[in-house]
Amino acid sequence: MIVVWLILTLFVGGALAWASELMDSRLPRVTALLAMLVSLALVLWLYWSSAPAPLSPGGQWLVFEKWPWVERFGIHLQVGVDGFSLLMLLLTVFLGLMATGAAWHEITERSGFFYFNLLWTLAGVVGVFTALDLFLFFFFWEVMLIPMYLIIAIWGHENRAYAAMKFFVFTQVSGLILLIAILCLAYFHSVQFGRFSFDYFELQSVVLEGRFQMLVMLGFFIGFATKLPAFPLHSWLPDAHSQAPTAGSVLLAGVLLKTGAYGLIRFAVPLFPEASANFAPVAMTIAVIGILYCAKLAFAQTDIKRLIAYTSVSHMGFVLLGVYAWNLYGLQGALMTMLAHGLTSSALFMLAGGLQHRFHTRDMGKLSGLWAQLPKMSAMALFFSIAALGMPGLGNFIGEFLSLLGAFQVNRVATIFAALGLIFASVYSLWVIQRVFHGEFKVPGHGHDQGGHDGQENDLSATELICYGAMAIGLVWMGMYPQTFLALSEPTMTFLLESLDGLVSSTALVGEVLP
Amino acid sequence: MTQEQLLLILPLIIVTATSVTTMLLVAAKRNHAVSCFVTSVGLVLALASLFIVAPLAPQEVTPLLIVDNFNIFFTTLILLAALAITLLSYPYLCNLEDHQDEFYLLLTIATLGALVMVGSTHYITAFLGMEILSVCLYGMVAYPLHREQSAQYPMEASIKYLVLSAMSSGFVLFGMALLYAQTGTLHFADITAGLSGVVADGPGAAYFVIASLLVLAGFAFKLSLVPFHLWTPDVYEGAPLPATAFLATIGKVAMAVLLIRFMSVTGVLQSEAITNVLAIIAVLSILGGNLLALLQSNLKRLLSYSSIAHMGYLLIALITLNSGVNEPGAVVTSLGSEAASFYLMAYVVMSLGAFGVMIVVSDSGHERDHIGHYQGLFWRDPWLALIFTAMLLSLAGIPLTIGFIGKFYVFAAAVQGAEWTLLAAMVIGSGIGLFYYLRIIYRMLTPIDHEDLLPVMGIREVVPHAVLLVLLLALIVPGVIPGWWMSLVELVVQSLY
Repeated sequence: MIVVWLILTLFVGGALAWASELMDSRLPRVTALLAMLVSLALVLWLYWSSAPAPLSPGGQWLVFEKWPWVERFGIHLQVGVDGFSLLMLLLTVFLGLMATGAAWHEITERSGFFYFNLLWTLAGVVGVFTALDLFLFFFFWEVMLIPMYLIIAIWGHENRAYAAMKFFVFTQVSGLILLIAILCLAYFHSVQFGRFSFDYFELQSVVLEGRFQMLVMLGFFIGFATKLPAFPLHSWLPDAHSQAPTAGSVLLAGVLLKTGAYGLIRFAVPLFPEASANFAPVAMTIAVIGILYCAKLAFAQTDIKRLIAYTSVSHMGFVLLGVYAWNLYGLQGALMTMLAHGLTSSALFMLAGGLQHRFHTRDMGKLSGLWAQLPKMSAMALFFSIAALGMPGLGNFIGEFLSLLGAFQVNRVATIFAALGLIFASVYSLWVIQRVFHGEFKVPGHGHDQGGHDGQENDLSATELICYGAMAIGLVWMGMYPQTFLALSEPTMTFLLESLDGLVSSTALVGEVLP
Repeated sequence: MTQEQLLLILPLIIVTATSVTTMLLVAAKRNHAVSCFVTSVGLVLALASLFIVAPLAPQEVTPLLIVDNFNIFFTTLILLAALAITLLSYPYLCNLEDHQDEFYLLLTIATLGALVMVGSTHYITAFLGMEILSVCLYGMVAYPLHREQSAQYPMEASIKYLVLSAMSSGFVLFGMALLYAQTGTLHFADITAGLSGVVADGPGAAYFVIASLLVLAGFAFKLSLVPFHLWTPDVYEGAPLPATAFLATIGKVAMAVLLIRFMSVTGVLQSEAITNVLAIIAVLSILGGNLLALLQSNLKRLLSYSSIAHMGYLLIALITLNSGVNEPGAVVTSLGSEAASFYLMAYVVMSLGAFGVMIVVSDSGHERDHIGHYQGLFWRDPWLALIFTAMLLSLAGIPLTIGFIGKFYVFAAAVQGAEWTLLAAMVIGSGIGLFYYLRIIYRMLTPIDHEDLLPVMGIREVVPHAVLLVLLLALIVPGVIPGWWMSLVELVVQSLY
């Protein structure tokens, strides 16, 4: 029941936050904070009390629940949490808390409705990370869209209508393709077993012919790759990220992108092992193009938020690379990249939001030399930029290193090119630091000489310090002792690998592994 | 005709009696409230009479009408929709200086026509029902409002509808005549038998195709499928809002139900030519409707184009009617008729809701059908905006709403029938559709920047808002707990086989 409680907490918390606006305009954020804390407590409780239930079909499920929902199509409310889901839930709830912190002072208008949308998005994400029935999964997949659309459309920046529309159309159309692919699976289950089913475990036994399997797999891949986003389908992301309010960017970059990667690992590959194995070289090429191309695009941006958005696409390339390497290193690397990127990109978006809040611009050309005036903020920016470029000792390095290590065993050429991405990452990260925080002090609306007057009091507030501090600790933890996280996800990854081993042993994916 | 058969057509009798009563009351003394009340009571009584009818079904009442679960289900749907439109019309017509009562008269008779269509298994009743419905709709579309700001071109709309509707009736009649010449029968079920016996492979086979296509073209006119859609936007825009709502919901449902029955009984889909033509019509309707809706700023026109697209989605489900049955020993029967029935239910709820919101903020003096009228509605009247948003999201097929389940059903049917081209068209169409549905929602979210043209707060009657609440529940409950509704629809379509 704990998963249900978690989702209900977020749904009900959101409704309460909206309702509480009637009493006091400051009440919604408190309500939202409480709801987030309760959900964090629930996830932590789940973590501490996790005794594996060995009887469940997957083997490694900490929680597994199933109720009938739509019997006509064999749809169940089937939720399960394993180590992998648990880590994702932890990330979701933690970043939800950060997003609440980011919105604390930024969102002043219609805050009740804002927190309603924030919590409902998170509820959808939690559903996505726990659903083990494909209909339920798709249901939550779509549920998180509308509130996110509203967050961008109402509280976004100057070009919000366009960005919100683009975000929605991209994700919705790819979602419909995903739905068709899911329905194909369900239908062929009914052909082969006499009844419709959307059960994750039952669908794994559906046998599809080679070419058709590839098409259905591509349906899943398009659905997830748009959300990830992977190279040709990424164009919604820079717009959505740069126009969303800070909390929205945090959710998008930190959590929503991870649903795509989660979908690939949980559904796209295990449901279609042969097709995925055949498709792996293409996916890895896409990943490499994404890494290099978007790193270059990032370098060309003047808008800080757009820059961070492009770096997100670039880093997600490493996830894609790791997933399609489909060995333990690759999968664990993808997982660590997801976690670490969730923290760094959220922190960087919060910093960019902080800059915009203070100086009303996101244009790097108009900002420089902030270090002297905002030492704390600049230090934080340096820390998270260095984390993003993959400094050893911080989480991103572990993730990217493991991804590359896994990919190297499968596809050397792609790995060599992907590794160049690390160099590009250092270039654009340090370039931002140099332009914005070093040099002569300059902000819009101030002459060069008057800048000092409103310096120090604009630096980070206590709330912001707590948020950044928490994320920094998380990154150091991941970098210094990743075993905490790797151990939690290892049973899942090993299980996924083993269960497919027999199926794909003869195909290209494993065949290329070096002796 | 036995006593039992009279009982079976009780809903038709009650609706007829209601219209006669209304007419006599109008002759005695005009009173808007009484007319509305009598109409509503009549419709409720007709609904109640279904409890008597249901245990007796399925049964043929003369060769002309059949009363089975399928009929009863859609009779219920049509009567509920008619009741909702009646209740919503009252405040709309209240400030009309001209006569208000005739509107209810036309409404009940049109409902009667729709009920006849839903029950017909014979070309005669089908045609009779279509004509009763259409003739009343001419009057409703041209209902005199005499205001500058109200519906602008009721006469133009009505003439357009009259001419094109008459033409489509002509197509249907010609098709019927050809079929009769071939088979000597006008009963749906006998047509197939007659054909297979006499003209299966002879020159008559071509006759059958041509005749069926003529009939289908006439039906497509009423469903406003591309390329027979040209009247739709003008008629929607010109008609008073309650009439538009009636045309968009009951008018379409009755026609679509007739089409489902016609196609599943006569087996026109066995002809590949007809299936191909229908597939082309479906693709054209989906793409055409959605593309034309993109740039509309008049919500009536926008919804008219969106209804064209929705009828295209429905047609996909209809094309797959035979897909499961054909395979020998198939465990899974076709989802097509189920999908079509569910989609129709969803379509009625969401269109009625969308038009309902527009009716509530309008009256016969001022029709607020421009997108600008709804700017900032979210912050001025959150309740109406919430309903409107829910209806639009449902039309766009977003989960938690009945529209999503409907779309899911159609997808499932199309996957079963392996209609990949049609699926692709539906995905593209839905993608385009998002633009205009979201545009309205975005306008409702945008804070108002000019003087308020829309005294939304003026309309505070309880009844219309209660109707909207019921519609909202009907939108969300089947969207969240679709199981019961799916079994209902599954049961209902059993009577087609």
